[in-house]
Amino acid sequence: MAEMLDLTVVQAHEAIAAGELSAADYAKAWARAAADDELNAYLWRPEDGDEGAIAVEQPRIAPVAVKDIFCTEDVPTTAGSRILEGYRPPYSATAVCKLLEAGAPILGKLNMDEFAMGSSNENSAFGPVLNPWDRGRVPGGSSGGSAAAVAGGLAPWAIGTDTGGSIRQPASLCGIVGLKPTYGAISRYGMIAFASSLDQCGPLTRDVADAALMLGILQGADPCDSTSVGLPEASRLPQGEDLKGLRFAVPAGLTSDAIESGVREVFEATLATIERLGGEIAETPLPHAEHGISAYYVIAPAEASSNLARYDGVRYGMRAETSGDVIEMYEATRAAGFGPEVKRRIMLGTYALSSGYYDAYYGQAQKVRTKIAGDFAAAFADFDFVVTPTSPSVAFGLGEKTSDPLAMYLNDFFTVPMSLAGIPAISIPAGLAEPAGGGPKLPVGFQIAAPAFGEQKLLDAAFALEQAIGFDAKPGGGGG
Amino acid sequence: MAGELSGILEHVDRIAELDLEDVPPTSHVVELENVLRKDEPHESLDRDVALAQAPDPARGAFRVPSPQAEA
Repeated sequence: MAEMLDLTVVQAHEAIAAGELSAADYAKAWARAAADDELNAYLWRPEDGDEGAIAVEQPRIAPVAVKDIFCTEDVPTTAGSRILEGYRPPYSATAVCKLLEAGAPILGKLNMDEFAMGSSNENSAFGPVLNPWDRGRVPGGSSGGSAAAVAGGLAPWAIGTDTGGSIRQPASLCGIVGLKPTYGAISRYGMIAFASSLDQCGPLTRDVADAALMLGILQGADPCDSTSVGLPEASRLPQGEDLKGLRFAVPAGLTSDAIESGVREVFEATLATIERLGGEIAETPLPHAEHGISAYYVIAPAEASSNLARYDGVRYGMRAETSGDVIEMYEATRAAGFGPEVKRRIMLGTYALSSGYYDAYYGQAQKVRTKIAGDFAAAFADFDFVVTPTSPSVAFGLGEKTSDPLAMYLNDFFTVPMSLAGIPAISIPAGLAEPAGGGPKLPVGFQIAAPAFGEQKLLDAAFALEQAIGFDAKPGGGGG
Repeated sequence: MAGELSGILEHVDRIAELDLEDVPPTSHVVELENVLRKDEPHESLDRDVALAQAPDPARGAFRVPSPQAEA
């Protein structure tokens, strides 16, 4: 049985197609594996067939675990928040429907930072997720449950969402692959909104081929999401053995402070691997990328403050019992239902949008965004890809950064610029490095970004690099 | 939380120093042309289903405390 679970999804599908593996047996084996969750990765799993409308009678492809930000008909959907405790949506997200239509049973709903706000999964109202490599460390966030489930052998693959790095950073910290597609590649209908100009759905998988397979299932325009356009070409499994003729840009000045030495070593070794595969590497100026965090922490909270206005204790979710008027009910419900990080961002966003401050904050941030997108456009005139470490550090300790929100935000330093520009970016595991404070080695992610809608070329390059890196370390299995 | 918010705003304030006078703000990251679709009626959620998740549904509507504070 363990052997079955060792297969990648692409391999499992080949075995199913060849009649060597039953999709139903495969799904059952994964359901048993998911039941052994000791990482707090799952918030809900079907027990005794309690799947309601999302039950798949005859599995045809691998079961999938779903971040709890996607609405699932009749099945609890919390977005990691008390304010949605007990909520059972009357419909499923388009992404979930596509997986169900493809014949993928839903293994369960995955833990996450509340409303996808966080980089460590410690902002979940339902407790932190533990990193399978070291249970004293965070899995990253906000798709921490998704990354930990795939890395920890609790799901063959998962879907998550990425607003400023929420797929790529946890993938990096857990040693798996995470892809944030181009803004508009995948429908967001039924995906609970955080920052609508940035949010995007994407796969968290064991390898690049599985990510490509998942992207092929999920992508496409959807009449229910007017921002969705799909991808220009039907995606296929990635191919390629070398990187000949491809040009990779390293943002100038990026390898300065902030990056852990172990992360920098893995990053530089990966650049050497790219050159060995025939790729060219040169520096490019990306002068406004350093302002990404500032712009992001205006734009995302501003949009969140608007999106989260809907949680008022009237139509769904919890309502605080009060004796006063309706305003008191709203206030008591939101005070009791939202956690500290969500409150912090609602206040920041409301402030940034308030009369007299709008131009200085939101207006200015949207201009910075134009400059960052322009920097990338200039880079892509000369280069095929822009590469960075995914995260400045390996997985950090539980509680290590919770007292300093700004330090937590700086985790997103390398992932936020791509989100602001709306371009696709993938994180692949590139090696292991010792944490800054010492201890067993932990995974390091390598981020590759491509022009908008350049997913196929991005996946091909990531695949060739992945094959050459040959990352095969497993949580708990040591390695080096 | 006041101290934390000040610290974040201080960091965010760095973009105020950039000269972006003539830069157009980004409204949408991907170049798209607006399109119109036919306005065709379609089925939406049944009222009972839409009300089923409400904390206090009553007589086919969402009930809330009175807007006027009780004396």
